[in-house]
Amino acid sequence: MQISDIAIQIDRVTRAFDRNRALDEVSVPIRAGEFTVLLGPSGCGKSTLLRLIAGLDTQTDGTILIEGQDMRGTPPGARGLSMVFQSYALFPHLSVRQNILFGLAVRKTSRAVQAERLKRVAEMMGLGPLLDRKPSQLSGGQQQRVALARAVISDRPICLMDEPLSNLDAKLRADMRVELRSIQKQLGLTVVYVTHDQVEAMTMADRIIVMNGGRIEQVGIPEAIYARPETTFTASFIGTPPMNLFPASALFSGPANLTVGIRPEDLHLTDAGPRADLVGVEYLGADRLVAGQINGTPFVLRQPAQSPTPRDRFHIGWSQTAMNAFDATTGKRLHDFDFSSLSPNQKDFDHETA
Amino acid sequence: MAATDLWSPVHIYGGFMKRAGFSTRWLPILLLLPQLSIILIFFYWPAAHAVKSSFYLQDPFGFGETFVGMKNYTALLKSSAYLRSAQFTVIFTLIVTMLSLSLALLLAVKADKVIKGAKTYRTLLMWVYAVAPPVAGVIGLVLFDQSWGPLKDFFGLFGWDFRLGVTYFDTAFAMVVVSVWKQLPVNFIFFLSGLQSIPKSVREAALIDNRSATGRFWDVTFPLLAPTAFFLLIINITYALFDTFGIIDTLAKGEPSNNPMTLVYRVYVDGFRGNDLGGSSAQSVVLMVLVLALTVFQFRMVERRIHYT
Ligand SMILES: Nc1ncnc2c1ncn2[C@@H]1O[C@H](COP(=O)(O)OP(=O)(O)O)[C@@H](O)[C@H]1O
Ligand SMILES: [Mg+2]
Repeated sequence: MQISDIAIQIDRVTRAFDRNRALDEVSVPIRAGEFTVLLGPSGCGKSTLLRLIAGLDTQTDGTILIEGQDMRGTPPGARGLSMVFQSYALFPHLSVRQNILFGLAVRKTSRAVQAERLKRVAEMMGLGPLLDRKPSQLSGGQQQRVALARAVISDRPICLMDEPLSNLDAKLRADMRVELRSIQKQLGLTVVYVTHDQVEAMTMADRIIVMNGGRIEQVGIPEAIYARPETTFTASFIGTPPMNLFPASALFSGPANLTVGIRPEDLHLTDAGPRADLVGVEYLGADRLVAGQINGTPFVLRQPAQSPTPRDRFHIGWSQTAMNAFDATTGKRLHDFDFSSLSPNQKDFDHETA
Repeated sequence: MAATDLWSPVHIYGGFMKRAGFSTRWLPILLLLPQLSIILIFFYWPAAHAVKSSFYLQDPFGFGETFVGMKNYTALLKSSAYLRSAQFTVIFTLIVTMLSLSLALLLAVKADKVIKGAKTYRTLLMWVYAVAPPVAGVIGLVLFDQSWGPLKDFFGLFGWDFRLGVTYFDTAFAMVVVSVWKQLPVNFIFFLSGLQSIPKSVREAALIDNRSATGRFWDVTFPLLAPTAFFLLIINITYALFDTFGIIDTLAKGEPSNNPMTLVYRVYVDGFRGNDLGGSSAQSVVLMVLVLALTVFQFRMVERRIHYT
């Protein structure tokens, strides 16, 4: 990767507060022109990282480079970035037009340029008829668009967004996901997008940074994050429902220090295999989720709705390639783990190669 | 939304709760009676009395009164002492209001930077300032005391022979300083809480778009403080006009003749020192009209726009 590909370089950044560390030696590159999503549960340090990039907060330790420049001491306004806040942060005393043009007006951009860009952006966001209203006269979705327009019109190469869709209803959120993504592509923006919603992350991201407890768990494209989680945290965070994690002893008479991860859709009912007890069934339309347990370990199996519902006791099977191996102590993925070395812990179990 | 809608019972209960009602007509009237009688006895009755006596000439020894029509009012307009007081009142009010508002705003902006987010500091500061005003007034008076106040000696260092209660300008100066000094904490508290109530994210949005702190203040902070500032403007004008009575009384030291005084103080001086109850009543009627105008102006403005929600 060339330096110029990297818009933002986070290098061993720590942010300690009085009682806790919001970020602990975080390092990650963010590529130019990509839609990067910071994903993690609430309180894991996503907003903190975003605010450090923006310059609204200062790291305790470590370096943040933007376009190769060390940003320490550079005020937010001079970092060449725009930001969309969760609460929209519109200026209540200004009209929609003035809100959108705020940055350009401050920088004394010529009237002609302002008018031309306003026209383009207002069209793109469908804000044309609303330009003379005050923010208080807009719906949540419209306010959101204004906040977005204000960020986009600045023509700054980097745009930071902190849960910008979380205050919208489900339908609007789905529409905005598509729209945001297309605007980002159209303008070639480098977007850093914070969310705790994995659906948003999966559908929008070029690259996902999974965070937990102030650390980065995994960086990768959505497919890789889903298919090959690097840690048990990522495995149990991504997917609805997430990956099943079994202690190896529940499935095999194998090593004790092993966790086996299998996605619900990779499990199926068989006549032979580890025996499970039925806990409950949830019908979802196209699919059915079957909750069961093996030796006290709960799991979920996803099956097509037309297949037969399991009885109180049933056997489960899976393909060998569907298995993920994790170190039970560290929770880290064991690459190149050889599952064929394991022997099933029940006589009637046979490996399926479906 | 008009400010009044906010407090209507329907708004507060969101229409879900039944409106509480009285079954008889007499109970609510009975309950309102104490409040109403206080207003009647201590406000409307004296006001009506003042209007009435402003048309009469009272005998200084209390033996009867003669109807004189508008004479008390025309006499006011011809009295150079009254006009001088009126002029002083206008200047005094302008200076006190402007100084106490701008100084308080400056202090509040500085304090806001320091105590950003720190709730305990904020509460402590509020406490100190909430207790302070009367104390500040007393301290102000002590500082200016002619016989042992330190300020007299301090001014002496610059060759200013400061004579409180003797030189017109010196007395006026002390009146302004003590009045501002006493009102500052109140303004400070309001401005500070106004500043603190501006959402953090709105300030940060401004921070990202505008590098200049002064620019951010005038483009974002000040307009968002405008409702607070307007409210304080009215409060401060009222204060300078009426509530400075005690300060003026103390500083003029019972020597009203050649000292500056505000219109409110003159009502007292002419009425109770000069025993001109008719003229004094006419003066208080003028002041009543002034208050009325101020109130109407305030309501108009509040209705017009100075809030954003
Ligand atoms: N100003 C602050 N002072 C103290 N602790 C903070 C502050 N801001 C954030 N934190 C703590 O840092 C952690 C990460 O917060 P944040 O970055 O907001 O999480 P996220 O955005 O992922 O939900 C949380 O434990 C939070 O309580
Ligand atoms: Mg957050």
